[in-house]
Amino acid sequence: MSRVEVDAPQGRGELRDQPPQRESRRTTFYGTLFRNELHTTFRRWRTLALLGVLAAVPILVGIAVKIETGDGSSAGGAGGGGPAFISQITNNGLFLVFTALAATLPFFLPMAIGVIAGDAIAGEANAGTLRYLLVAPAGRTRLLLTKYATVMTFCLVATLVVGVSALTVGALLFPLGDLTTISGTTISFTDGLLRALLIALVVAASLIGVAALGLFVSTLTTSGIAAMATTVGLLITVQILDQIPQLDALHPYFFSHYWLSFADLMREPIYWDDLTKNLGLQALYAVVFGSAAWARFTTKDIGS
Amino acid sequence: MGDTPATEPESEPDSPGVDDDVIHDSVIHTRALTKRYRGGQLAVDGLDLTVPAGSVFGFLGPNGSGKTTTIRMLMGLIEPTSGAARVLGRPMPRSARTVLPHVGALIEGPALYGFLSGRDNLVRYDAADPTADPRTRRARVAAALDRVGLTAAAGKKAKAYSLGMKQRLGLAAALLQPRRLLVLDEPTNGLDPQGMREIRSLIRELASDGTTVFLSSHLLDEIEQVCTHAAVMAQGRLITQGAVTDLAAGTRGRLVVTTPDAGEAARVLKEQGASDVVITEDRVTAEPPDRELADLNTALVTAGVRVRGFVVERASLEDAFVALTGEGFDVAG
Repeated sequence: MSRVEVDAPQGRGELRDQPPQRESRRTTFYGTLFRNELHTTFRRWRTLALLGVLAAVPILVGIAVKIETGDGSSAGGAGGGGPAFISQITNNGLFLVFTALAATLPFFLPMAIGVIAGDAIAGEANAGTLRYLLVAPAGRTRLLLTKYATVMTFCLVATLVVGVSALTVGALLFPLGDLTTISGTTISFTDGLLRALLIALVVAASLIGVAALGLFVSTLTTSGIAAMATTVGLLITVQILDQIPQLDALHPYFFSHYWLSFADLMREPIYWDDLTKNLGLQALYAVVFGSAAWARFTTKDIGS
Repeated sequence: MGDTPATEPESEPDSPGVDDDVIHDSVIHTRALTKRYRGGQLAVDGLDLTVPAGSVFGFLGPNGSGKTTTIRMLMGLIEPTSGAARVLGRPMPRSARTVLPHVGALIEGPALYGFLSGRDNLVRYDAADPTADPRTRRARVAAALDRVGLTAAAGKKAKAYSLGMKQRLGLAAALLQPRRLLVLDEPTNGLDPQGMREIRSLIRELASDGTTVFLSSHLLDEIEQVCTHAAVMAQGRLITQGAVTDLAAGTRGRLVVTTPDAGEAARVLKEQGASDVVITEDRVTAEPPDRELADLNTALVTAGVRVRGFVVERASLEDAFVALTGEGFDVAG
């Protein structure tokens, strides 16, 4: 793995490899470093602060809707502004989950991912801990995979934090019960809960592209702050470009283009077209930027 | 790997194709190792370094002489521009995965996770090593902390550590497993004299267990006190390497006569064949001639010179360094 095999001295005479030494028999304990990485990430004050902000969004939305509809009018007003599903929250608290995810997916969630992913390698390089991990030796490919797995885990946890917070606030402030889909049919509350879980998973998967992009940026610099800022900057830029009609031809390749397709899971029957396009696009980003991150990181001189 | 005695660096399995004994008796061996940075700056220039097994090897040179770049190449952190390096008999960086578990390293000072306790820092570095057994982790971490005297502070967050404590924790990370090679870049940085002495005795202890220690330093007396071998670098090039005694022996000692009759003493010394005679107040120093020095003393006393002190000051490594480089021990420009 790593650069070591890419451009090692090419077996000239006296440099030829010796038979493997007997000691290093044991193969990788992926779980061990991964577990430690999770532990390290989720113990950081910064990670907890990000999750706290994400948990606060549904609380604010819920309270705002409650106050605004206290007089009996429907949320979002007659114009139907605001995030998707917001007008239905007063009927069913479960809709706060969908609203909160729709509200956080364009910015708060990917920003949080950008911070964690951008800092993943660059932050270690900045602190100098990267050289000690590599000398341990963590292995460059192994470390990168561990970091990616951790960022993905964070995507899932962040989404679930939003979902659980929204469900709690929704249950406390609004009635719960059977719900009406976008298509007008009625599904049971249990079915609705399952849909909510499915939506959370799709939202988490929608963040894979940003995560891969952030990790790649993170291998380019030794400043954690610069990597975070670049990733978040790219996120904003792409969102803006996605709104410019003249760039129509490019839109399907923007990682955020199909993000709100998760709402199609609330149709009956479910409309899969954009959902699969979204997941396919995220996979493409993961492959492209994952490979780029690998190519960069495994050949990089670690000078910090 | 925990069951491997750290005492057998010579048990390296030889490959049939390689017959150069030097490569296999040495723990580090480089050939024409060169690193040119992207800016075109030549940091290390054709380095041929041989570190014998079991030695305490001092790697000397002013700041900016290429020591750290060399260490980074040896540890597989940066790719050489040309040339080759072998560590524990295997090529680097290609064999990093098999070589590095046997190597403990402290490179350019410690780097720690400030938000983790000292103990958790070590747990993390140990988890990064795929050959480290998680079942013995707690015990090994505790032993390493104990060895550097950090047991009492193990639960404290690393950001609250003093520079000396951080340095100790970095050393502890290098000692998490029995190692065959320790690479210590300025290990006594930031330590008080007592801490320096502790580290030096730790290094001697490890060396007596058979661990090869590669010690980079800009402190000449530190190298002189603990090292058996040394190499001197300046401006990316290796100036000399060998046993410390040989290096210092290359420079001859100076005769120092302390006397109130300095002028007369200088005259007698010149008469007796001493060269380069220098008078500073009541001290006369000279290159001694090749003959019995006791006769020289007799000559002085016979001539009525009142001798207070008569001694040959042994050449220090610093003298050797100055003699070799023709310059002081300053930062390379």
